[in-house]
Amino acid sequence: METPAIPVPEARSAVPASLRGLLPVLLALPVLALFQWLMSDAPFASYLLSVVGVNIILAVSLNIVNGMTGQFSIGHAGFMAVGAYISGVLSLNLKDVALSFLPVAVSDQVFFVVSLLVGGLAAALCGFLVGLPSLRLRGDYLAIVTLGFGEIIRVVVQNTDAFGRALGLSGIPQTSSPAMVYFWVFLTVLVARRITGSSHGRSLWAIREDEVAAEAMGVDTTGYKVRAFVISSFFAGIAGALFAHFVPIINPGSFTFVKSMEIVVMVVLGGLGSTTGAIVAATFLTLLPEGMRSLFTLLGAEGSLAQKVDQIRMPVYGLLLVALMLARPQGLFGTKEIWDVLPRWIPRKRRGLA
Amino acid sequence: MAQLLQHLINGLAAGTIYALVALGYTMVYGVLKLINFAHGDVMMVGVYMGYATAFALGRDMRSSLLGVAVVFAVAMLGCALLGFFIERFAYRPLREKPRLTALITAIGISFALSYGFQLDLGFLPGAAPRAFPEVIEPVEWLVIGDRDVVVWNWQVISFGIAVALMVGLQYLVFRTRFGRAMRAVSWDHRVAALMGIPTDRVIALTFMLSSALAAGAGLLYAIKDTSVSPLMGLYVGLKAFVAAVIGGIGHVPGAVVGGLVLGLVEEFVVGYAASTWRDAVAFGFLILVLLVKPGGLFGRVAAEKV
Repeated sequence: METPAIPVPEARSAVPASLRGLLPVLLALPVLALFQWLMSDAPFASYLLSVVGVNIILAVSLNIVNGMTGQFSIGHAGFMAVGAYISGVLSLNLKDVALSFLPVAVSDQVFFVVSLLVGGLAAALCGFLVGLPSLRLRGDYLAIVTLGFGEIIRVVVQNTDAFGRALGLSGIPQTSSPAMVYFWVFLTVLVARRITGSSHGRSLWAIREDEVAAEAMGVDTTGYKVRAFVISSFFAGIAGALFAHFVPIINPGSFTFVKSMEIVVMVVLGGLGSTTGAIVAATFLTLLPEGMRSLFTLLGAEGSLAQKVDQIRMPVYGLLLVALMLARPQGLFGTKEIWDVLPRWIPRKRRGLA
Repeated sequence: MAQLLQHLINGLAAGTIYALVALGYTMVYGVLKLINFAHGDVMMVGVYMGYATAFALGRDMRSSLLGVAVVFAVAMLGCALLGFFIERFAYRPLREKPRLTALITAIGISFALSYGFQLDLGFLPGAAPRAFPEVIEPVEWLVIGDRDVVVWNWQVISFGIAVALMVGLQYLVFRTRFGRAMRAVSWDHRVAALMGIPTDRVIALTFMLSSALAAGAGLLYAIKDTSVSPLMGLYVGLKAFVAAVIGGIGHVPGAVVGGLVLGLVEEFVVGYAASTWRDAVAFGFLILVLLVKPGGLFGRVAAEKV
């Protein structure tokens, strides 16, 4: 009798290996198309959903550095600003250009994607320039340097005519749509998930747990940290670029330290290292002030209390960080992920059926 | 030439203030290996305490010598108390936890203070900057030529106060029992505890000392700038941190030199380039220092002990 070969895990999957990389994207596209069709005549809802989506991209990408690698960047809004301004300026200049062999709407989308990518790459380049000196040193330096970087961006924007100085940029073509935003949300989450499962992710994890030990095990700590930082900055740039294409105006006020802190709070609340946590916390913290504002307006608080929501939000974020660190430093989800729980149920059922 | 001299004087005056704030960062980093992000915001709270005291004293009283002393004393004592509470309730419970938790806590406190002070709830000041009362009435102390070079009395006084505080600190750290305990804790706080040094008390006192220094420096800054605002702590604090890194963080004379260097560089950029770029200079300089000499001018990049 022949002994059966040891089952290779790959063999159980019904999807051919060549398609597996693309499969999630192929599955997501029709869902997004349906979603876009549903959202098409609800301008406020699609605006709000886009904001939620952008915040999810920001939180998930920041989580790659702050959560998975255990470094602490607090200047994510700076990279967002780079993406927003670079792609905004590009889109403004390409506004009247169209690819003649395509319908106008499609050609607009092509240029939109190009300017998104350029914005993302510009942010990634900045990430490299900022990350290289500070990631060679201990973690605290990254915090200060990224904070300083955000300030430099603000000063540069305020001193450059092409970026509209303090007034900001307006008239950027509004080519973004919830479907496009969520396509990038999806890509960001996919990349984050693939990183966690790869050897790259395990190196990041080792750095997070103990940098000295990781180095002793032969992990190129600076290299991995810089790469994680560049990936994270790239997606922050994409988020900024998306943002620039659905808000009427971008100005330096949209990308201040407050914005960076908002993202940090999302990541810490969700649990440092948990992509699921980042998504949940980003959604929750974006919708909560909105909800409270509408609640107060409904209760007839004459706008005064509704306006206070925005003011009170910030000190509350600060106290929330302190309280979390004292009571539950691992955040809501710790390092757990939803997909660590789900697939364990599904195969079991399958096995039962077979 | 006269212009150069004037910039030199202004730069030194600004630099001594940065140096004082930088000393606070360096001292806390020395004993705890923690970058106290909230340091600048503690300073801001101190300035508001001084502001309230100056108003309570009234116009005549506050510009007298006794009045100035009272303003400084209230602000410094109040800040020392604030520093004590922050250390006791936010940092001490996290001392044996991973360093990241303490850093996040510090960032949280900084954010809560700087934005909490912007709420308009009646007893809080609100977001708008306010004019700081003229505690020291500005008088031209020295005029060279046809107003080519002007040295104001407050520049001299703040330079004097800053130098006095620094000399006092140097004496405290290197000549007293407490200073020796502080240096021991900074070397290794576990071993220091085994040698019978009350580490908790030393760390708390270091925090109080650094907060009091910050309050003093903040008042000097407010006198120079003639305004107070809830966000001043963030900016001054960051620049002072840059100064501490330039000098080599954890190194006391280094912080002073770093502060002076930063003050001069900023002043020359404002004087000879463009004033709108001033805020970017400090951070550009920081990135440069980290690239070329990450340990700062005097510090060493210490190998991490396992």
